[in-house]
Amino acid sequence: MSTQLLISGSPHIHGDQTVGKVMWGVVIALIPATLVSFWFFGAGALLITAVSVATCLTTEWLIQKYLLKEPPSITDGSAMITAILLALNVPSNLPWWMVMIGAVVSIGIGKMSFGGLGKNIFNPALVGRVFLLISFPVAMTSWPLPIVNRLALSDAITGPTSLGIIKEGLSSNQPMDQLMQKVPSYVDMLIGNMNGSLGEVSALAILLGGIYMLFRRIITWHIPVSFILTVFVFSGILYLADPTYFIDPVFHLLAGGLMLGAVFMATDMVTSPMSYTGMLVFGIGCGLLTVIIRVWGAYPEGVSFAILIMNAFVPLINRAFKPKKFGEVVKHG
Amino acid sequence: MTITIVYVIITLSLIGLLSAIVLYFVAQRFRVVEDPRIDQIQELLPAANCGGCGFAGCRNFAEEIVRRESLDGLFCPVGGNETLKLIGPVIGQEAQEQELLIAVVRCNGTHANAPGKLEYEGIESCYFMHALFSGENGCPNGCLGGGDCVEACTFDAMYMDGNTGLPVVIQEACVACGACVKACPRHIIELRPKGKKDRRIFVSCMNAEKGGPAKKNCDVACIGCGKCVKVCAFDAIRMENNLAYIDASKCTLCRKCVSECPTHSIWELNFPERRKKEESSESKTVMAS
Amino acid sequence: MLMKTFKRGGVHPPEVKISAGQPIRSLGIPSVCTIQLSQSIGPPSRPLVKKGDHVKAGQLLAEGPSFISANLHSPVSGTVLKVDAAPDVSGYKREAIIIQADGDEWMEDIDRSTSLKREISLSKEEVINKIKEKGIVGMGGASFPTHVKLMIPPGKQVQYLIINGVECEPYLTSDHRLMMERGEELMVGIQILMKALGVSQAYIGIEANKPDAVKHLGKLSEMYHGISVIPLKVRYPQGGEKQLINAILRREVPSGKLPLDVGCVVQNVGTAIAVYEAVQKNKPLVERVVTVSGKQVSNPANLLVRIGTPVSDLVEAAGGLPEGTGKLINGGPMMGKALGTLEVPVVKGMSGLLLLPDEEAKRAPVANCIRCGRCTQVCPMGLEPYLLGLISEAGKDELAEKEYVMDCIECGSCAFACPAGRPLLDNIRKAKSKVGQIIRSRSN
Repeated sequence: MSTQLLISGSPHIHGDQTVGKVMWGVVIALIPATLVSFWFFGAGALLITAVSVATCLTTEWLIQKYLLKEPPSITDGSAMITAILLALNVPSNLPWWMVMIGAVVSIGIGKMSFGGLGKNIFNPALVGRVFLLISFPVAMTSWPLPIVNRLALSDAITGPTSLGIIKEGLSSNQPMDQLMQKVPSYVDMLIGNMNGSLGEVSALAILLGGIYMLFRRIITWHIPVSFILTVFVFSGILYLADPTYFIDPVFHLLAGGLMLGAVFMATDMVTSPMSYTGMLVFGIGCGLLTVIIRVWGAYPEGVSFAILIMNAFVPLINRAFKPKKFGEVVKHG
Repeated sequence: MTITIVYVIITLSLIGLLSAIVLYFVAQRFRVVEDPRIDQIQELLPAANCGGCGFAGCRNFAEEIVRRESLDGLFCPVGGNETLKLIGPVIGQEAQEQELLIAVVRCNGTHANAPGKLEYEGIESCYFMHALFSGENGCPNGCLGGGDCVEACTFDAMYMDGNTGLPVVIQEACVACGACVKACPRHIIELRPKGKKDRRIFVSCMNAEKGGPAKKNCDVACIGCGKCVKVCAFDAIRMENNLAYIDASKCTLCRKCVSECPTHSIWELNFPERRKKEESSESKTVMAS
Repeated sequence: MLMKTFKRGGVHPPEVKISAGQPIRSLGIPSVCTIQLSQSIGPPSRPLVKKGDHVKAGQLLAEGPSFISANLHSPVSGTVLKVDAAPDVSGYKREAIIIQADGDEWMEDIDRSTSLKREISLSKEEVINKIKEKGIVGMGGASFPTHVKLMIPPGKQVQYLIINGVECEPYLTSDHRLMMERGEELMVGIQILMKALGVSQAYIGIEANKPDAVKHLGKLSEMYHGISVIPLKVRYPQGGEKQLINAILRREVPSGKLPLDVGCVVQNVGTAIAVYEAVQKNKPLVERVVTVSGKQVSNPANLLVRIGTPVSDLVEAAGGLPEGTGKLINGGPMMGKALGTLEVPVVKGMSGLLLLPDEEAKRAPVANCIRCGRCTQVCPMGLEPYLLGLISEAGKDELAEKEYVMDCIECGSCAFACPAGRPLLDNIRKAKSKVGQIIRSRSN
C-alpha cells in the first residue's frame, strides 16, 4: 500500500453533517428575511447588512489570527449568521459606524472573548444589539417605516414601533381600542408592511426560514414552539383579564422581534440547552420574560433581554433537565 | 452632626470589643491541640503538594514525620536533602543524605529508529492508545508518544520532542516525584539514581520480545543477545524476558556495555565525547539553560 | 404499518449491503491455522496440546479454565506447529495454537451430514452441557460463552427468547444469508434454545431492509410452535441487546443489569445455528460466515471460513486488497476494530471484514463543540456524550461514574452524528476504562 493503514477506535465512518453545513444552513434560512428587509427598507438595509457582514468577518479573522494565534475559521458560517442577525436587529437608518461598533462587540466580546465558537454563553448578535441599544438609545429606537424610494439611503419617516406606540399610549392612559387604530393591521404585520427593525417586520419570511431549518433538521420544534406558545398563552390570559389594558395575543406574536427571536436567536445551538426537556423550559422562560418585560418593564420590546437572561440560565437548565436515561432505576420510596 | 460621629465611634468600638472577647473565649474553648512541630515542619517544606513523598500533601507529610518521630524511609523529592537537613533538628534526628533520583525514559524508539507502520487517528492519550493497539511502529512495549507523562508532570520538567516523538526530561527541573512513572501505561519511565556528576547508563528499551520481532519494529531495540551481561565486570546487568537491565547500585559507569551492545540500545548520559564517533541522537535529557 | 423500534435515539448510517445477494460459499481449508486462545470474554483457554501433536478437525484443543470461558476446538486436521504468541487484531501478541493443516479428517463422533434433524433428544441440562462442551459463544461479535447465558441463576425467571437477526451494522450480511439459506436449521436451533431456557415463546427480530428474510422465516415459523418473526424499523443500533429488547418487548433493562432481569435472553442467529450443529450434529464451533465487503472490493462475498484462517486469505478470495484502502476492519464500521495488518487469524466473533477506502475511513478534522446537542439526541442510552467527553478530558473519573458512563454500549452513534467530528467515543471509552479500574479496586 502506498499510504499507511489508518487505525483508530470505532466508529470508523462518519455522518455527513459538518459545522459548516449546519451554519450555512442557517444562513440560507435567513435569506428570505434578509431579502424582505431589502425590499421594504431599500438601500439602507443593504448598506447595513454589508457593513455588518464585512466587519464581523474581519473582526473574527483578525482576532483568530493575531490574538488567539489559531487558524481562522470564518468560512464555517457562524460569523456570517451573527452578522446577518445583527443587521436584522437594527433600524435601517442606523449610521454605518454604529453598525461597525455593534459588529465588533458582537464578535469580539460576545463570541471571541469566551473562546470562540461553541464557548460563548450569550447569543453574540443579541450582545451586540443590546450594547447598541444601551449606548445609542435614540438611534436604536427610531424605526423607519417601509420606504417608497428604495434607492435613497435615508429618506425614511421614523417613529416608534407598534409596541412602542402602545406602551407610550398606555402610560398616558389612552384606551386600547383607540391605540389599536394607530398600529398596522395584522396582515400588514404578517407580511412586513410596518416599521421596525430590518428583521422583525416580516413574520412570514421568518417562518419560511424556520420551516426550512426544521426540514433540514438544523433546529427542532421545541424552542420556537414553546417560546411562541408561552407568549400567546400568557398574553392571552392577561388580555382576557383586562382587554382595555392588555394587547391581544395575536398582536404580541406579530409585533416586535418575537418571530425573529424565537426562530433564529433562541434556537442558536451554542447558547441553548441540549436536552429536549431543557429546550422546552428555556422556551417557556423566554416567553414569560418577554411578556413581563413588554407589559411591565421599561422597554417596549422584551425579546432580546428575555433571551439573554435565559442564556445565562442554560448551564443550570442543562444540569437540571437531563435526558431520561435508558433503564433508569426508579428510586424507591 | 459631631455627636452622631461620637455615638458611632462608641457603638462600633463596643461591638469590636465584645466580638474580641467572645472570639477569644470561643477560640480557647474550641482550640485544636496540635503538635507545634507539625507547623514548624510544614514551614520548611516546599509547599508543592505534589505527592512525590507518597503522601497527600505537604501538611500530611509533616504530620507523618511527627507521628513517626523519625525521618527513616521518608523523603521529599522537591525539597531534597537540604530540606531534610533542616527538618532533622525539629524532631531531633540527624537527616540521612539520600541519593537523588531522576526520571529516565527507557525508550529510544524515535521516528527514525522505529518508523511508523500505521497512522493513528484519535485522542492524544497514551492510556487510550495502549489499550487500542500495539503502537504505530508495532513495538508493544515502546513509547506511544501521546504525552500522558508530560501532562502528569507538575514541575514543567518534561516536554515532547516533536522530531523524535519521545518525551524529554529536563534534568534541572525533575524532582523525581514519580507522577510520570505512574502516568505511563507501559511503565517506560523509571526513577533511577542521578549518578555521580549526573552521569547515568541505562538500557533504553523495554522490549520483551525475542530479537527478531524486536529488531523488525525498532533499529535500536534490545535483542536479548546477552553480550552486555558477559562484558560487565561488576555483575551489574541481568537479562530477563529478552531484555537487559542495569542495576544502578552496582554500575560503576565504565561504559563497556555501551560499546558492546550491537544495536546501541544502551544509553550513556552526560559523559564527555569519546574519541570514537558516536551516533548519538538528541540527548535524552536536556540541561535547562 | 408502524414498525417496532427502540424508543430513544439512534442514527441511520448508509446501509451499503452490497454483499446481500452473495450466497455463502466455503473458503476451504487454510494451510496454516492459528487459533487464538483468548477468543471470548473471560480468561484465555488452557491448551491441551503441544508442539508435534497430531489433531483432527473438531478435536478439543483448549479448555475454558473458569465458568465464564469457552472451549476451543481444532478447525483443521494436521500437526501442531507450536503453541506460541501470535499477533491478534490489536497487534499485541497473544498465545495461540498454530497448526499445519493436512487433509480434512474429522473426529468420528461428529455428524457431518447436512440433512435436517428436527427431533431434540437431549434433556435441558444435557443441551446446556453440550453447548458448553462444544465451545459455543455468541457469534454476533461479543463472543460471550453461550452456556453461561443459558444457566439461569436461582431467583431469576426467563419468559422470552429473542433471536437477533437484525444485523444493523452497514455492510454486514452474514446473518442475512444464514437466515435465507439455513432457515430450517435456525428454527430447530431456536427450539433447542427454548428447551434449554424453558420458555415457550421466541421472537426473531429482523430489520426491514431484509424483506426476503422476513418473508422466508415468517413462512417457516408457521411450522414451528412458539416462534414469531418481528420486522423492525431500520435504525442503528437496532441490534444492540438492550435496544432489541426495548423494541420487541417494550421493556428497558435497568442500568447495570442484564436482560435476564427483564425476563429474556438474547442470542444471535449465528449462535442459534451453531447450537443446532452442536446439539444435533455434535459439531463444535470451528467455522463461521464472514462478510468481506467494501465499496471498492471486486468480489464482495459471504465466506464460510474455518476459525484460524489468516485474514489475508479472505481478502484474496474477495478479489484482493483494493488500491487506496484506508482501513481494515474486523466487524462492522460502527463498532468494529481496526486491524493494523492482514496477518491476523479469524476468530469466533469476526462477523465481517471490511476494506474501507481512504476517503471513507479518514476522520473529519476535530473542531470545537458547537453544543448542537445531536450527540445527546442520538444516544440510545439517554446519556450526554458531550458531557462525558468533557469530563473524560478533564480526568474527573468519579464524576464520569456519576453520569452513568458505564451504561454506554459504545455503539458510536454520538461520534457518527457529531458535526464537529469530535472523538466522543474515544474519550468515553477512556473514562469507562478508568472507572472500571476504580470499581474493581473498590471491591478488592
